[in-house]
Amino acid sequence: MEQYYPVKRVIDDKGFFVDAEYEKQIDEQLVKKLYSHMYRIRTFDRKAINLQRQGRLGTYAPFEGQEAAQVGSALALNDNDWVFPTYRDHGATLTFGKSMATTFLYWNGRVEGCLTPADRQIFPPAVPIATQLPHAAGAAWAEKKKGTKNAAIAYFGDGATSEGDFHEGLNFASVFKVPVVFFNQNNGYAISVPIEKQMNSKTIAQKSVAYGMPGIRLDGNDCFAVYFETKKAFNHARSGNGPTLIEAVTWRKGAHTTADDPSKYRTEERAKDFVDPLLRLELFMKNYGYWDDAWMQSIQEKTTREVEEAVEEMEKFPPPNVEDVFDHVYAEMPAQLAKQKEAYLAHVGRK
Amino acid sequence: MTQVKETHQKSETAKQMTLIQAINDAMRLMLEEDDRTVILGEDIGKNGGVFRATEGLQEAFGEDRVIDTPLSEAGIIGTSIGLAVNGFRPVAEIQFLGFIYPAYEQIMTHVSRIRMRSMSRFTVPMVIRAPYGAGIRAPEIHSDSTESLFTHMPGLKVVCPSSPYDAKGLLIAAMEDPDPVLVLEPMKNYRSKREEVPVGKYTVEIGKGKLVREGTDVTLIAWGAMVSIAEKAAEQAEKKGISCEIIDLRTLYPIDSEIIAESVKKTTRAVIIHEAHHTGGLGNDIISIINDTAFLYLRAPIERITGFDVPVPFFSLEEHYLPTPARVVEGIEKVLHF
Repeated sequence: MEQYYPVKRVIDDKGFFVDAEYEKQIDEQLVKKLYSHMYRIRTFDRKAINLQRQGRLGTYAPFEGQEAAQVGSALALNDNDWVFPTYRDHGATLTFGKSMATTFLYWNGRVEGCLTPADRQIFPPAVPIATQLPHAAGAAWAEKKKGTKNAAIAYFGDGATSEGDFHEGLNFASVFKVPVVFFNQNNGYAISVPIEKQMNSKTIAQKSVAYGMPGIRLDGNDCFAVYFETKKAFNHARSGNGPTLIEAVTWRKGAHTTADDPSKYRTEERAKDFVDPLLRLELFMKNYGYWDDAWMQSIQEKTTREVEEAVEEMEKFPPPNVEDVFDHVYAEMPAQLAKQKEAYLAHVGRK
Repeated sequence: MTQVKETHQKSETAKQMTLIQAINDAMRLMLEEDDRTVILGEDIGKNGGVFRATEGLQEAFGEDRVIDTPLSEAGIIGTSIGLAVNGFRPVAEIQFLGFIYPAYEQIMTHVSRIRMRSMSRFTVPMVIRAPYGAGIRAPEIHSDSTESLFTHMPGLKVVCPSSPYDAKGLLIAAMEDPDPVLVLEPMKNYRSKREEVPVGKYTVEIGKGKLVREGTDVTLIAWGAMVSIAEKAAEQAEKKGISCEIIDLRTLYPIDSEIIAESVKKTTRAVIIHEAHHTGGLGNDIISIINDTAFLYLRAPIERITGFDVPVPFFSLEEHYLPTPARVVEGIEKVLHF
């Protein structure tokens, strides 16, 4: 099946064009936008790991290596679209408009970390695996019923394709032809289990055949391939043609979470197949005259400042409100819950 | 006794309806009144539902509003979540409660938690309807009464009407509720009786029980199909000179502690009847409510007449599983002669 789902690429590992189709659509603005977002989320990711090591954040799920997949896809969205991320897609949600401080808060065990700007529809990250796929199908279905041009994207990993909800989400979306993009980041491992032990099919993209929807396999470390192919899938969706399954082949450079040690279950042999997505874009920029040291320095300075400010904001955030334990479970608090709340507030001396 | 807030347009005429007709009537009314309402589930369109709960609705409102879905419980609930957060009011039918388990994860991890996880930014005002219970000689797995799995789920409300009037009023209330509501429909009661049901719109308040029979010696607490078992037991006990009061809980979460407390304070004895398994059943919570609110009034330990800690047996044996009026009378005598 692999031959039917070739890995699409726009640039090669050395940063040279392999697909001229997109050459005219790439300009300095797009290149710099992709690079600065990728640089920004990598800086965030590395900072988060450091903070976790210092005990200033809880367990954290890093995404280094997946920057092109997350930035390329998130930049293909319109502002009114819906995003259904997992706990490893904060690079995508940061790109789509969630703030850094809020994202840090999530990893610091604060429910406020699920909040997103009022003009963005980003669901709280799905923690169970694949359960967000039917949600994305449902939200997209609602857009179709309303007759808008808005669409939804669901992010998920390779392990998610083994879950029933993967099937149910794709099946509903294709039966009802709803405007949704199922964006898989095949990063090689579901915690410790490699893709070869996850499934017997050679690609994830080929699973689209079973649902009668287009399946695209692309180089997830090539930000142009991700960006243009996701845009195409969204155009397809917005034109009323239904869902697309995208498999972005990428590589999780680090651990599943900061609580995990990948040296126990993998050798770095396979890592050699993957050229760092930022490095690749940098090579491309140098090859085609987009690189500019002064610009790079300004990006670095700006990002460093943003991350520092976000850490400060996270650490200066008011302490959690005990009442929040109780207040967002129902629109109107049931009597027995109100009693529990009152008794507990009296216990902690708040009343 | 607790006053139940009920609203209905008095000018409307009433009509004799079975419980299943009342359910159908509630959905028809809300499809007419609220464009956001969509009904979805397996076999609910052309077929009108395996129990005919949605009979005629697709014909009247079209395939976009009354939707036959793939055979996929998690898919039905999962996509309903997306519809609900994005402006619709889905009413999802799960064909039998015994088949809800593939969707349990969606309900437990998302339906019930989205409000909390998003600090009320995203909410899921959706309804899940599920026929439940034994006694209709259904094949295996079809007869489960596992309401405790759902009352143990913060963020969800669970209602369980026993009569046509309550079924319509509770279902409309559920469809108007800003939070997700699971409506458990006792299959045994679907066509067991008819009663006067207002033709127009009315609601039965979620969270309020109903006093269905006044008495002085013992309080019987039941819901769903067990209310009629309690009624039959009360008639038999009456012949022995025992006066039973009966409470139909109607809502299982949030539970009406007041109506339980007031009645037990008056009668000083209680028997709880549920067809769900004994261990971890809702009866235990009711005992706790009585302990917390009426302990010093009690003259005897509270008795529970329940299903057993076994899977609901194949139907050739189901009458041995279900509480019977005779078993309830035994329980009543036990608490009276303690």
